[in-house]
Order: sequence, then C-alpha cells, then structure tokens
Amino acid sequence: MDDTLFEFIHSEIVNYVVDSNIRTKDEEEDLSNLEYIGFSVGYKIIERLTREMPRFKDELDTMKFICTDFWSAIYKKQMDNLRTNHQGVYVLQDNEFKFLTRMSNGKQYLDLAPRYVAFTCGVIRGSLANLGIHCLVTAEVQNMPACKFHIQVQRN
Amino acid sequence: MSRSSTRFDTKKVNSELVTLTYGSLVAQMVKDVENPDDVNKQLDRLGYNMGIRLVEDFLAKTGSGRCLDLKDTADKIQTAFRMYLGVQPNVANWSSAGDEFSFVIDSNPLTDLVELPEDLKSLRYCNIICGAIRGALEMVQLDIQSWIVQDQLKGDANTEIRVKFIRKLEDAIPAGEE
Repeated sequence: MDDTLFEFIHSEIVNYVVDSNIRTKDEEEDLSNLEYIGFSVGYKIIERLTREMPRFKDELDTMKFICTDFWSAIYKKQMDNLRTNHQGVYVLQDNEFKFLTRMSNGKQYLDLAPRYVAFTCGVIRGSLANLGIHCLVTAEVQNMPACKFHIQVQRN
Repeated sequence: MSRSSTRFDTKKVNSELVTLTYGSLVAQMVKDVENPDDVNKQLDRLGYNMGIRLVEDFLAKTGSGRCLDLKDTADKIQTAFRMYLGVQPNVANWSSAGDEFSFVIDSNPLTDLVELPEDLKSLRYCNIICGAIRGALEMVQLDIQSWIVQDQLKGDANTEIRVKFIRKLEDAIPAGEE
C-alpha cells in the first residue's frame, strides 16, 4: 500500500476530530479523541510487529526499539535523538516529523501543531502500553518540522 | 542504535497501518455518531476529500494524460487501486449504454482484520472508496455516482463498487472573462 494514503487518512482524521469539536462548542480544543485513535492504532500495530521478536531487555531497550525499527516502520525514518534521566523520563526527538513537514516552517502555524502530533502521542502511548510500559506522552513543537516527544513512565 | 531499519516488511506494515488506522477511525465515528447512516455519509465525505488530493498525487506520479472514454477512465482508476491499495480490481459488469461499470475486488485490504457486529449491518464500511473515486473524478471534470453493490463484510463473495457516469463538468469561467 502506498505511503501517501496513511498521510491523507491522518489529515482527514485530524479534520474529523477538529470539526466534531466545533459542533459541541468546547472552549479549549479537545484532542483526546485524536490521541485515543492513535492509542488504539499503536496498541494493535506493535503486537503485530513484535510477535516474532525476543523479549526486550529493559525499558531503555524498548525505547530504542521505538526510536529505530518502530519509527522507521511507521514514519520511514529513525528518531534523531533519545535522551533519558534514567528515572522514567525519555525525550525522543524527530527533527523532521512526517506530519509537520508539509507545513510552512517556522512559527506562523505553530498554534496548529498540537493537532498534528496528538495522534502520534497516542501511537507511542498505545504501543508502550501493549509492551507493559504505562506512561504519559506529550509532544513539544518549538520549530517546525522538529518535534520532541516526552514520555513519562508511570510507576506503581 | 545499531539495529538495521529494514527488519520489517515495509509493504505489509504500510498496509496494516492504513487498515488499522482506518478501522480505529470508523470505530470512533460509530461511537460519536451512533446512526450508521450518518457514519456512511461521513465516510463518503472523508473519501471525497482524500480523492481530491489523491488524484493530483496520481497524475504527478504516473504522468498520465487525458482519458479518451469511460473505459480509459476505468483502467486508470484500476491503476490507482493498485498504487494505493495494492490490489488489482477487475473492471466488470458494463451497462449496455456504457455509462456504468463495477470494480470487483476479491481481497480488499481495507477490510483485513475487520468484522462487523450484528447491530452494524447497515454500516457501509468501504464507503470511503466510493467517496475517493467521486472526489478524484470531480477534479478531472467528471461527475459520477459511486456506491457499494457487494460487500465481503456482509458475506458476499467479493467487494463490488459501482460507478455511474452522470455528466461532464464544464469549466465555469468567471463572468466578464473569456
């Protein structure tokens, strides 16, 4: 299947969720549905990808997998940077995040960026959840098309 | 980060990714909208929006020129099916007037991994394809109607998508300009 299709479906999903918000006239833009759609995609796809693979050594090993194999499978490139404080916080940086590369660089449309990263936050959260790591995922965009995903592992 | 990036079969992953993403979207819509008929309409509209953009991508990638007749158009859409969905549908069941035909798909990747529950039998899961065909053809000045005749999700042997030619759209020139 062609890669373009995934991109187009993604932007239609964004439109759908954003439009359905306007109908209910919420004050702040609610992207939780978008995140949830991503969550269920991540949860399902990781299961199919890792079915034949040996268990990951530890949390960091899992994160490395997300940055390399997983990211290239879905976004056709690897993450550019992975940092951690070794206490459950990971920062994954993609300098050319696929869903932002079609937009004008710089600051002009920065306030629209959350719409185009919410789905992917969900994908990361969903795939980690299926691998037994429960976490919060947020994204930070300071300069398009670069994006940092912050993962905070919940321990209890 | 030493692992090679080619561990997975990219084609298969792409296809599953689209299938799962579309499935999650439909599931969300069914939750939001409840009435399956409204979901059908939404899916058709979504497909239409995608078709508008897909046709440009298609023309850019294939460099194909004008269609001579509807048979030609059908062949090109067949190519588009192969490009985007990775399946080759049969063009079949031409009407005697030559203005209506069907695409018959024996294995539809969009419905891989999908089962419809009993209470959603009126959901037309693949409506997005009908919408995409309509959107794409409208951009090349063809007004058509498209609908699903057979659906594997409802136990039919194939997925059959009907296309009916309505009329050629003329370029509307703004008043006062020639």
